Amino acid sequence: MRIDCNAFLGAYPWRKVPGTSPDALVQALERTKIDFAWVTHLPSLFWRDPTEGNAWLYETARKEKRLKPVPTVHPGLAQWEQVIADAANAQAPAVRCDPLYLGLEPAGGEMRVLMAACGAARIPLMLAVRLEDGRQRHPNDRVPELAAAAVRALIRSDADVRLLVTHADRAFIEEVHFGSTPEEARRIWWDICWIWGPPEDHLATLLDTIGPERFVFGTGQPLRLPETSIAKLDLLDMSPDKREAIESKNVRELVS
Amino acid sequence: MLVDVHAHFYHQRTPRADWRERNESRITAGAKIGISVHVASILGSFGLTSPTYFPSPRDVTAGNDALLALQRAHPDRIRGYVCVNPNYGAHARAEIVRCLDAGMIGIKLAASRRADDPLLDPIAALARERRVPVLQHIWQHRRHDWPGQEASDASELCTLARRHPDVAFILAHIGGGGDWLHSLHAVVDVPNVYVDLSGSGVDGGMLEACVESVGVNRLLWGTDITMETGWAKLRYLETFLSKDEMALVRWKNAARIFPPGAFPTD
Repeated sequence: MRIDCNAFLGAYPWRKVPGTSPDALVQALERTKIDFAWVTHLPSLFWRDPTEGNAWLYETARKEKRLKPVPTVHPGLAQWEQVIADAANAQAPAVRCDPLYLGLEPAGGEMRVLMAACGAARIPLMLAVRLEDGRQRHPNDRVPELAAAAVRALIRSDADVRLLVTHADRAFIEEVHFGSTPEEARRIWWDICWIWGPPEDHLATLLDTIGPERFVFGTGQPLRLPETSIAKLDLLDMSPDKREAIESKNVRELVS
Repeated sequence: MLVDVHAHFYHQRTPRADWRERNESRITAGAKIGISVHVASILGSFGLTSPTYFPSPRDVTAGNDALLALQRAHPDRIRGYVCVNPNYGAHARAEIVRCLDAGMIGIKLAASRRADDPLLDPIAALARERRVPVLQHIWQHRRHDWPGQEASDASELCTLARRHPDVAFILAHIGGGGDWLHSLHAVVDVPNVYVDLSGSGVDGGMLEACVESVGVNRLLWGTDITMETGWAKLRYLETFLSKDEMALVRWKNAARIFPPGAFPTD
């Protein structure tokens, strides 16, 4: 089984991206032999109230069982706790909050309260380091990338919170992992979409130094070609057990 | 047949203590992907004794020597671009002659001098005389200068290409960062500019835009420093290009612009 924990639906505001509809995403899953995708409503990440995309997301996921909704939460808005409750009721695998896109301090008070709520509700929180390569972003797309220091602060802010961090590269992951206690590091999962394969072999190095249990399969599609994450696994010499862990087992552990 | 038109190797006079492992990793991954030939360059000392993008003549020569040695060690698998710094015109021209005579098959221009600068004209003239392509490092839509390089963008490369219509220029790593759409608009009507698909960028829509811009006859497959992204692009292209079109991208376009006999089955 292969689960993509990092996928999006809907248009991207900064450039034309094909294949953003639910049908197109399902076709991409077929093409790449991905069984399930965790999906976020992409346009609403940029809205004042990003939770306004959640209803559509739930409705879409109800119609297509291969899509699992990851609703967005904004801890600076009134009644944000309801998003957590709704996510739990809908059996969403995670909620997401990208603080810099919302204009929040990434490790500020609102985020810390959110960490506590996610920890208490036992629902993982997903956040992205970036959505696009910084060199190619639209001139008006000036949201800073998430800093490793923020992730270290967030994981320390609540003893129960579990984080899924997407679009992180090797240096970021190493800085957070080895800058955390083993107990803290065990509560962070990393998607592989932004980690380089050969000849730099960043993914192989991380699997060796950190261990495969911390890594999950993610693609960033349709902003990125999902074939990339599959190709980097195909280029590794790894046992079927380890590959299965990355492609599905670890992410099931995250939500258990 | 699969030709990687944008590869790099390292050598012992670079800052990389792991240079052997990286070179080996490229060869091993290439075998898994099915790469028949890596067409590679070495950018001087990659920063050890002169800057990567402004290599000293001594480092240029040392890097090219290291690549010639790799070419000799892997005669069926590795071909070389001779890397030069156009600011040292006489050295650059001599180095091109020396390395092409020794079996290299193209010229690599990194980011030592803007692509539309007249200093590049003698190099382009030599490329025409020797019938080899020029791989030009490109920053897709450079909006300002970036530290460590005098990067060119597609518009500047097109200016050079128009001055030398009989030379094949390869626009490097369309997925290598920056606004690739800007580049694809710039090269539409410059038939001697080919688009190299390499780079870490795997944006949805980029490959469709490449095909729409220059057609399959001007696309070249490559990896640069992320081979998984190259393999992914190949897999994705296979979902909407015909077998014949894929052959063009995989190797036939490369065989057309590199010297006759550059590749084993050519």
